[in-house]
Amino acid sequence: MAKLNLVEAINLALAEEMGRDERIIVLGEDVGRLGGVFRVTDGLQSQFGVNRVIDTPLAEAGIVGTALGLALGGLKPVVEIQFMGFLPPALDQIICHISRYRNRTRGRHTVPLVVRMPYGAGIHAPEHHSESIESILAHIPGIKVVIPSNPYDAKGLLISALRDPDPVMFLEPKRIYRAIRQEVPEGEYTVPLGTANIIRSGKSVTAVAWGAMVREVMRAAELVEPEGIAVEVIDLRSISPLDDDTIVQSIKKTGCGVIVHEACRTCGMAAEIIARINEKAFLSLAAPLERVTGFDTIPPLLKLEEHFLPDVFRISRAIRKIAQF
Amino acid sequence: MNLEDFNPLSGKRVEILDEEGNLIGEELRPAVLTDEMVLELYDKMVMLRAADQQALTLQRAGRMGTYPPTLGQEAANIGSAAALETGDWLTPSFRETGAMILRGVPLKLIYLYWMGSEWGSHFPEGVNVLPICAPVSTQTLHGVGLAWAAKLKGERAVNLIYFGDGATSKGDFHEAMNFAGVFFTPNVFFCQNNQYSISVPRSQQTATPTLAQKAIGYGFPGLMVDGNDLLAVYAATQAAVSRAREGGGPILIEAQTYRLGPHTTADDPNRYRTPDEVKEREPFDPLRRVRIYLERKGLITDDIERERREGYEQMARGEAREAEAMISLNPDDLFDFHYSQMPPYLTWQKEYYHRILAAQREFDRG
Ligand SMILES: Cc1ncc(C[n+]2csc(CCOP(=O)(O)OP(=O)(O)O)c2C)c(N)n1
Repeated sequence: MAKLNLVEAINLALAEEMGRDERIIVLGEDVGRLGGVFRVTDGLQSQFGVNRVIDTPLAEAGIVGTALGLALGGLKPVVEIQFMGFLPPALDQIICHISRYRNRTRGRHTVPLVVRMPYGAGIHAPEHHSESIESILAHIPGIKVVIPSNPYDAKGLLISALRDPDPVMFLEPKRIYRAIRQEVPEGEYTVPLGTANIIRSGKSVTAVAWGAMVREVMRAAELVEPEGIAVEVIDLRSISPLDDDTIVQSIKKTGCGVIVHEACRTCGMAAEIIARINEKAFLSLAAPLERVTGFDTIPPLLKLEEHFLPDVFRISRAIRKIAQF
Repeated sequence: MNLEDFNPLSGKRVEILDEEGNLIGEELRPAVLTDEMVLELYDKMVMLRAADQQALTLQRAGRMGTYPPTLGQEAANIGSAAALETGDWLTPSFRETGAMILRGVPLKLIYLYWMGSEWGSHFPEGVNVLPICAPVSTQTLHGVGLAWAAKLKGERAVNLIYFGDGATSKGDFHEAMNFAGVFFTPNVFFCQNNQYSISVPRSQQTATPTLAQKAIGYGFPGLMVDGNDLLAVYAATQAAVSRAREGGGPILIEAQTYRLGPHTTADDPNRYRTPDEVKEREPFDPLRRVRIYLERKGLITDDIERERREGYEQMARGEAREAEAMISLNPDDLFDFHYSQMPPYLTWQKEYYHRILAAQREFDRG
């Protein structure tokens, strides 16, 4: 089995599924000849041709809006948005149409497409290249929002997304695009959408994260281990639908929870997760739930970036605080 | 210059100085564009190249983040911005280092921005230049709004809006053009058509033979200009600016140029174009022909040029040092500028972060 990074795993999933299903087409800015600005679609155009891997004009609303039509027409478009900061023009199409077609036509028309995009901070990118506005997407009924945190899951989740009958937003934590290598099997396997993964078990505190923050949380868990704090780490993998069962079961065991995300705090996913825990496991709580998040500020340019992102120090403090409550 | 003579559908474009430094369109040259002025603008192009080179050096040394070079587009940058007058506005995209400097943005601020500090967008009072705009083409609408404001207030300011060939595919661009046409705003839309939008060639961006003709669909004229010809760029922009100032309404200029370098320092152009293609374009380097022209007139020599270039290289190094000295690492900067009055929850977050930093310092001390 080859050890792949996240970029290679996603590329492999695309190549294999395109080989299996000729309805799949890849489209977006620079995805063809260049192979994407992060090389995620590298080599696909030479393998599958210019009619299946398509360099589009520079127009996010255009790409996503026509992808909707392509999907209605029986194809399976996989759209790349170059950076999540450039998603907003396409939100019009996603919110007003892509998310609604199934409901609006009472199931007659569906929009099975995948929109992939790198997201998040931590790579010293310019303005509008570090956004993580995933909670805006999770707020939209009718779409799914999937976020892998490692190469193995990335491949399995993407295959599931490609086979899903509903529109899926597939967010790629670009900070760890090349930071992790992992054994990724060739050939078909899937990781189901909407199921969280307990990647570390423990009885003292539940920590919930997704994307690049999973790694930070794991480090924090290891840091507090010698202090006798056993952290159970849940990698959400999908933020919509949200696997609150897994979270609630864990909270019932530990009685404590911290939710970590790099997106801004207000109306971030942590707020939703805390609300669900309150609804379903309030009486199990031994301490107030904590959240460690980005601040309610615009992700800064590179010189102040490290101050914005939650790090091991902030996360481990929050874990200690609730463990010692 | 009679702009109506350059209907883009006729395929004509404004050209004054050819690649060999010969005047081929003397009759189009405005009287204000004396040889002294050509020399002055050439000097600015030399300055821009030095400033750009310094940015690349800084980026390679890890002292600057991603940077979009202007290499090959100096005439389009300098010739156009030079046509504005005091009080006019400039709305840049992100590849207008030269145009911005010409309109009074200190180079050190442009460096500071690409070094990763928001203070790089804090321009001095009186500099009528909007900040660099990262999301492609969104600024075109702001430029129309600003020009519209001037019109509503009865002022005579014109707004020159920059964008690339890729930007002409985006909805905002079409909305901006449409508003400008409907409200007859004093705008000059200036497209730096450098033939590529990252890897996507112009031919794959839009099916029309020219970008300039897009103006026709919105009810105003467009014209093409040899974007590597400093004199032509100046003459066309100057005519368009005057026309807009006199109440003639908007106009679109397509400056046909070529990006000799990568899209940004993060880009590898060898993946989508051959070195041969670039080689073929080198004789069209916008500095070359002006240099030959001035040389023949005896206005420039190797010695003068070397001296000037070295001066600019030194200046750029100085600006870079000043920019670095301006970098604020104060975390308060993260919080302080989002609202005129900080909401209580943000104040709490700022205080929380100060506690974290204090705790971290203590932890680091052991
Ligand atoms: C809305 C949006 N989508 C994607 C990007 C990423 N991106 C940055 S520059 C660029 C190409 C722009 O091409 P063009 O408008 O021709 O200008 P040039 O860079 O060639 O000067 C792209 C796709 C962006 N900045 N904004």
